[in-house]
Amino acid sequence: MTEEIIIAGFGGQGVLSMGQILCYSGVMQEKEVSWMPSYGPEMRGGTANCTAIISDDMISSPVLNTFDTAIVLNQPSMDKFEDAVKPGGLLIYESNGMTRKPKRKDINVCVIDAYDASVKMNNTKVFNMIVIGGFLKIRPILEMENIIKGLEKVLPERYHHLIPLNEEAIKKGMEIINVENQLN
Amino acid sequence: MKELRLMKGNEALAEAAIRAGADAYFGYPITPQSEVIEYLMANKPEDRTGMVVLQAESEVAAINMVYGAAGCGKKAVTSSSSPGISLKQEGLSYIAGAELPCVVVNVVRGGPGLGTIQPSQSDYFQSVKGGGHGDYKLIVLAPSSVQESVDYMRLAFDLAFKYRNPVMIQSDGIIGQMMEKVELFEQQKRVEPDYEWATIGKKKDKPATFVTSLQLQAEEQEKVNLRLQKKYREVEKNEVRFEKVQCDDAEYLLTAFGSCARITRKAMEMARAKGYKVGMLRPQTLYPFPTEEFNKMAEQVKGILTVEMNAGQMVEDVKLSVCGKTKVEYFGRFGGMIPSPEEILNALEQKIIGG
Repeated sequence: MTEEIIIAGFGGQGVLSMGQILCYSGVMQEKEVSWMPSYGPEMRGGTANCTAIISDDMISSPVLNTFDTAIVLNQPSMDKFEDAVKPGGLLIYESNGMTRKPKRKDINVCVIDAYDASVKMNNTKVFNMIVIGGFLKIRPILEMENIIKGLEKVLPERYHHLIPLNEEAIKKGMEIINVENQLN
Repeated sequence: MKELRLMKGNEALAEAAIRAGADAYFGYPITPQSEVIEYLMANKPEDRTGMVVLQAESEVAAINMVYGAAGCGKKAVTSSSSPGISLKQEGLSYIAGAELPCVVVNVVRGGPGLGTIQPSQSDYFQSVKGGGHGDYKLIVLAPSSVQESVDYMRLAFDLAFKYRNPVMIQSDGIIGQMMEKVELFEQQKRVEPDYEWATIGKKKDKPATFVTSLQLQAEEQEKVNLRLQKKYREVEKNEVRFEKVQCDDAEYLLTAFGSCARITRKAMEMARAKGYKVGMLRPQTLYPFPTEEFNKMAEQVKGILTVEMNAGQMVEDVKLSVCGKTKVEYFGRFGGMIPSPEEILNALEQKIIGG
């Protein structure tokens, strides 16, 4: 198993930490992992992305041009990364603020309204965990117990009391993700 | 269970410096290297081991603080990125001339000038051929993973003290910024220096200890140079390090170092999947260069492609190593652009396999 993921959105949406949580959870599940952030001018302009790779085998390149999965959280990110999904791959987009639907017909497309769900949970900070939940529903590559262990590593100890809330958010994401286009 | 952590390359270098028993870090922030000093400041190694961490007023000040600490036999380290490393060149030449140990990290970004903050490998010549003046050499280690960043920090101090020579760890924006899992080594004890050459006070019957890179008499300066050259021959004999991947049956050879070797390895896997017998030789030490190994491989393969994130620097050393025995071509991107595995495979097919 190798899952090559690009996660992209605005700064502040928790894009970089989503990648870190997936990778740390991967470490807990004895996978090879690699996380590479955008740290250049694009980050300073307000958009952020990171490449997360989780694999059973040694990871060669941490930098990629095509991906198994793209998780895009705003329109500029969809414009940039829709074409970077491998044929047969997966595109997950967050519907808030999107002005158009994905065009590709040769990939699996899922939509998640994570912002709305986070508002209903009275905590917009768990937005990114809802998205992670949606992703893991479609690609169940990590066990929940390892994600919790990953969260314990990523979050400073003073925030550990929020882990149950994050778990709840992941489960919410698993419930609300919708498949828009499914290939056979 | 062994301690596994997910760390950025820059953080890993910082943690490894503490664990290697470093006495002091002097530095100045610059992207994409700033996490080294950030991590050290946040971790307060002064409380852990007594290690001093200081943000100097400039890169020049930092390297001269390293010079001073090294003169006292202390384990000192500094880090910067390309433009900052250019500023340190005078200090490096002096430290090499005075034969003192230290570790310098360069998390390379695109140049020339202020350039860009994106990753690059365009400081190969500066590191390997000597960016400062005079006939001196740095021992240059090129990590291509976060784990190697950790391992090479300890190795760098060992080599620096074994040869009394500055050691450069040449990382880059990719290795510095990416996170991978790492296994950290145990905390090493800091040791009080007790070296003949260190200026740590002397007994009455001992002659004075001098730390200098100045010999006004040409005869004396030639002796210094001869001693340095003898040392470099020793380094070339003992310290060459490289990794070979699928070279046994290789008909074509890819070579790259640092982060670029990771991308090139992906290209090699793609080439293998297409049925080409391709191997990879990755120099882990850029100086001393694995000259003999390239020469041996030149007898076996039909061509070598060097892949670099610069305009073609290591390719010169590869050519010198193979002495015209096989074709050597270069492919690269630069100015902060990163080559894709597909581009590398394409270059391999065009320039080596089909060419």
